[in-house]
Amino acid sequence: MQLDDLYRRVIMDHYKNPRNRGLFDDDAVNVDLNNPTCGDRITLQMKVKDGVVEAARFVGEGCSISMASASMMTDAIKGRTLYEAIQLADRFSALMQGEDAEFEYEDIEALSGVSKFPARIKCAMLAWNALRKGIVQVRQP
Amino acid sequence: MNAAIREQFPILHQEINGHPLVYLDNAASSQKPLAVIEAIERYYRWANANVHRGVHTLGSRATDAYEGAREKVARFLNARSASEIVFTRGTTTALNLVASSYARSVLREGDEIVLTPMEHHSNLIPWQQAAKACGATLKYIPLQEDGSISLEDVEKTVTSRTKIVTTAHVSNVLGVTNPVKEIAAIAHRVGAVMVVDGAQSAPHMKIDVQDLDCDFFAFSGHKMCGPTGIGALYGKLGLLESMEPIEFGGEMIDHVDLYDSTWKEVPWRFEGGTPIIAGAVGLAAAIDFLQEVGLDRILEHEKKLAAYAVSRLSEIEGISIYGPRDNRAGLVTFNLADIHPHDVATVLDSYGIAIRAGHHCCQPLMRWLKVSATARASFYLYNTEDEIDRLAEGLVRTKEYFDYAAG
Repeated sequence: MQLDDLYRRVIMDHYKNPRNRGLFDDDAVNVDLNNPTCGDRITLQMKVKDGVVEAARFVGEGCSISMASASMMTDAIKGRTLYEAIQLADRFSALMQGEDAEFEYEDIEALSGVSKFPARIKCAMLAWNALRKGIVQVRQP
Repeated sequence: MNAAIREQFPILHQEINGHPLVYLDNAASSQKPLAVIEAIERYYRWANANVHRGVHTLGSRATDAYEGAREKVARFLNARSASEIVFTRGTTTALNLVASSYARSVLREGDEIVLTPMEHHSNLIPWQQAAKACGATLKYIPLQEDGSISLEDVEKTVTSRTKIVTTAHVSNVLGVTNPVKEIAAIAHRVGAVMVVDGAQSAPHMKIDVQDLDCDFFAFSGHKMCGPTGIGALYGKLGLLESMEPIEFGGEMIDHVDLYDSTWKEVPWRFEGGTPIIAGAVGLAAAIDFLQEVGLDRILEHEKKLAAYAVSRLSEIEGISIYGPRDNRAGLVTFNLADIHPHDVATVLDSYGIAIRAGHHCCQPLMRWLKVSATARASFYLYNTEDEIDRLAEGLVRTKEYFDYAAG
């Protein structure tokens, strides 16, 4: 077991310096999600216009993996259509299953090591599950 | 405690990630000695059949083994008779039985259930549900700054509307031992019953339900060297006899008609279906094992380990330890600087050290502590001071690693 496979430098950078942390002042799609087995929680907000994610922000409490994953996800979906965002989420699930997956937003690939730590996959998935929930909300208002 | 005890636990003698295993998650589940593993194997090799019905020899052997285990549990808790022992799946099922059967039959609108904010979810949610169903309310005994409770506060919280008082005997997070005997006396003064969640006490100390004078006492086998899937509820005979079963089917009936049925005597009326026979056999072997070592000796050993752990961990810069400093049961709950406990547990696992990280099924207590999660090291009779040294070293390395990784 190689710890460095899990805690890549780019992950720790997102953890210590999260992108898009904080909430919007005005209306946005809002999702609260927690991980009942460990207590991690996230609030994800998205600004969606004409089916495109203009911006996303989050606040939450959790481990380095869950918070870094949220930081990356909110960056990666910026400017994407909802359809593309779902595809990203699917590709991320594949990455967590140990499959090869490439991301235009390359930082995400640093999370590939999580797949070797089964107990931590749910940490990395939290933000992405919030994204899926948010997209369902937009489509079924 | 000595090496001979560790020898009895085959699972401890292995390497995890290239390091000798240090198992410090005993409050979640304990490991099993050979005596328990072999008793279960012997049962399946020699005695297995269904209980209470076979005329044949194996049926008698299985019934003797199962009812013998009940006698053993009764003596272990110093119950008046084996009729006061109901086998359950564990503490959760035992507490649910009291909350679903006893509580729902006695609670009226406006009645109160008194408990503490330190309860495990399994001694909280059953009462929430019973209260909702009956229009009763939950009242909480406030916690002192160190997480303990004062009898004065118990007196203030318990009123003439209180029908049930319940608390953990030992907190699975704070390591405090609650004065359940004194709390029971306060409960009885207003005619309430006292329910004790003994999941974290029965494995580690002598229990005498007559001395405590509690009305119900629940515990799990797997936290005390026994198998998973077996536990027991002690209840005073008169109370058990007043209770309706909550599971219906085979084994628990007296007479069955097309439109109505009657129940067996206690405790069997609460044990519908084929019971966990091998589990009860394993639990009996676990009780023998613990009593041979001596529960007083086990408690003393764990308290020493906990005190040693508190002193070793306190040396680490940035550590926060939760719960009272002194006289704690064999566990230490902590956080390390701003490193999330999951990350702490993952790094420790890479050194072969198993601890628990998360909310420990105590979300209200986590909010009281103003944390979202904590790490916890919990000890048992086979743990050593060397292992606590390994934990302390592991925590120092965790800090170094995170400083380095965060660069």
